[in-house]
Amino acid sequence: MASPPEPKIAPGGRLAENVTHFVHALRRAGVKVGTSQLHNALQAVRVAGFTQREDFYWVLRATLITRPEHFETFHQLFRMFWRTPDYIEKMMEIMLPVLQTMSADKGPPKAAERRAQEALAQDRPDRDTVPAQERQSLELDASLSWSRAEQIRSKDFEQMTADEITTAAAAIRRLVLPAPPLRTRRTVSAPQGRRPDVGRMLRRSMRKGGEVERLLLRRPGTRPPALVVLCDVSGSMSVYSRIMMHFLHALTWTPNSGWSRVHAFTFGTRLTNVTRALAHKDVDQALAVLGREVADWEGGTRIGAALRSFNRDWSRRVLGQGAVVMLITDGLERGDLGELDREAERLSLSCRRLIWLNPLLRWDAFEARAGGIRTLLPHVDSFRACHSLDSIADLTRALATDRGMQPVR
Amino acid sequence: MTRDIPTSIDDTVALLRGQDYVCGRDLGTVAFLALKLRRPLFLEGEAGVGKTEIAKAIAAALGRRLIRLQCYEGLDAASAIYEWNFSAQMIAIRTAEATHTADRKALRDELFTDEYLIRRPLLEALEPHPEGPPVLLIDEVDRTDEPFEAFLLEALSDFQVTIPEIGTIRAEEPPVVILTSNRTREVHDALKRRCLYHWVDYPDFDTEVAILRARIPDCADDLSREVVAFVTRLRSEDLFKKPGVAETIDWAQCLIALDALTLSPELVSSTLGALLKYQDDIARIAGSEAARILEEARRGLAA
Repeated sequence: MASPPEPKIAPGGRLAENVTHFVHALRRAGVKVGTSQLHNALQAVRVAGFTQREDFYWVLRATLITRPEHFETFHQLFRMFWRTPDYIEKMMEIMLPVLQTMSADKGPPKAAERRAQEALAQDRPDRDTVPAQERQSLELDASLSWSRAEQIRSKDFEQMTADEITTAAAAIRRLVLPAPPLRTRRTVSAPQGRRPDVGRMLRRSMRKGGEVERLLLRRPGTRPPALVVLCDVSGSMSVYSRIMMHFLHALTWTPNSGWSRVHAFTFGTRLTNVTRALAHKDVDQALAVLGREVADWEGGTRIGAALRSFNRDWSRRVLGQGAVVMLITDGLERGDLGELDREAERLSLSCRRLIWLNPLLRWDAFEARAGGIRTLLPHVDSFRACHSLDSIADLTRALATDRGMQPVR
Repeated sequence: MTRDIPTSIDDTVALLRGQDYVCGRDLGTVAFLALKLRRPLFLEGEAGVGKTEIAKAIAAALGRRLIRLQCYEGLDAASAIYEWNFSAQMIAIRTAEATHTADRKALRDELFTDEYLIRRPLLEALEPHPEGPPVLLIDEVDRTDEPFEAFLLEALSDFQVTIPEIGTIRAEEPPVVILTSNRTREVHDALKRRCLYHWVDYPDFDTEVAILRARIPDCADDLSREVVAFVTRLRSEDLFKKPGVAETIDWAQCLIALDALTLSPELVSSTLGALLKYQDDIARIAGSEAARILEEARRGLAA
């Protein structure tokens, strides 16, 4: 083998600078690239010793990108950026409008910002100048709104006014969903265990000069499970799905909720992964991003096809470690019932527990008459209502005592 | 036989080719960088596209030892890094007691030494080896839980592990580390960022024919082209699990065992179990679908 070509990069050249510019552009396009990765890239570029133009591409991709979904962004940016590397400034100008459409955070509806402005505007009349009497009436108003929250507990979300929905959303954010802990093979020290904790016994005996005084034990530990939520966003479900999104956002962000990860998907005519949208901490911003990403709000619904694409594209990636699946839909299928049957069966076989939340269950005389509902029912482990605050609170209580949700022994 | 690490990307591709591992220039580039920069290589991709094989090929080509850590749910430090040989330590204590030579200080110094340390793969990989730093394969890292990834962070960023009783053990020469993942869950970014990342995709037609030729030299040229054309067509079908390269090789071996010279719809249907591993997929493809795909694959070959 001939000796490799020497790196053609002069130490004082502009390549390092250009790579840095490229990384900045990547970040603006929504790809998270750390400074250490930039450092690696520069190092890699220096040692790679290119013989072909495409090598440069692979070197940068290997060092800067850690997720396959970012490959396309990288590819496009790379193509635009390195075509005329002499005119970086000019490139940046050409690139800017493209980047703005690519970036998820850009665009007019910045919910958090607007709220912050509103908050500032409200603050302007100085608090101390508010007369005492007015303050009293404000407190009165607060208690009124509390009782209003009580009133709406049993009210169907669909019959609520916009105001009541806001109150309900706030209430729903305070609910907790109990998570069934999973048993792992890893063990923890415990007074009542089955296996001797030899390591701890030995360390203890070393302190006592070699005397083993009592038996210490270990037992298998537990770990939190993952939650996967499939939420129907078709026309018949729109009110409920909006409210459920508040619930999911709260679940994602509550510390110590007992769930390890919450993955959320919406489906109507197509399946969308909205986990990233819910990862925005601000709920308004999260919902705004979600609204932009989900293209099929209030459309038709094909549950079978949605489950099929979930099973094919996502189940292996998110159901791996004993995940619980929550399916939120009214079960009114407009597609092929045979497909629904097959896919629901596969879904129920590949997750630990399948819980179906159906707002139609609100009617006491509910009967599983629709074909879709009859097809789905045999495959689910648990069937619950989710049409009002009370019913969701019931759900969390029921899950806490559900035998299938207890740790497996 | 040991040799030095390759000096260029072409050299790396040729080196792997010498071990019957055929790879594209993209994988060759990251493999070269991993060797040159001594950084861990994180390979992600569908099952059966040759993620584990590349570690074996690199180890064999460089004449290094291959140390494999197969990950599983609940894997802990005791089975991945090190463990004290407690029973031997207990016996030592008892012996010291029986002979009344139990001096606390001396006993402690004796019990926590190399002699009582059981080395697990990660620690083993950090120790010096006569033939040069070993190749450490951390296989299917997505099967462990998140706490275990944290153990890997120290080992992979500084190539050192800390044992409270002894101190920090540091590798003089860092091992070649290759992590693989089937993406049954997302591995944490903190771990990925310490590595070079590469998504191993299904190979293109020519590469896959080359792989088949390298792996099964007695497979006739025409048959291997037909086999690859069929599998490539099959991957574009709506399947639950698409066949990987490993399945292509398996299938070709099945066909050779059956003394087949060319494919026929009946032959395809009866050997489909080597390619597809889900009953739904097999039921969908067997019969007329197989005949149609075969027909299309042949037409593609002729064109």
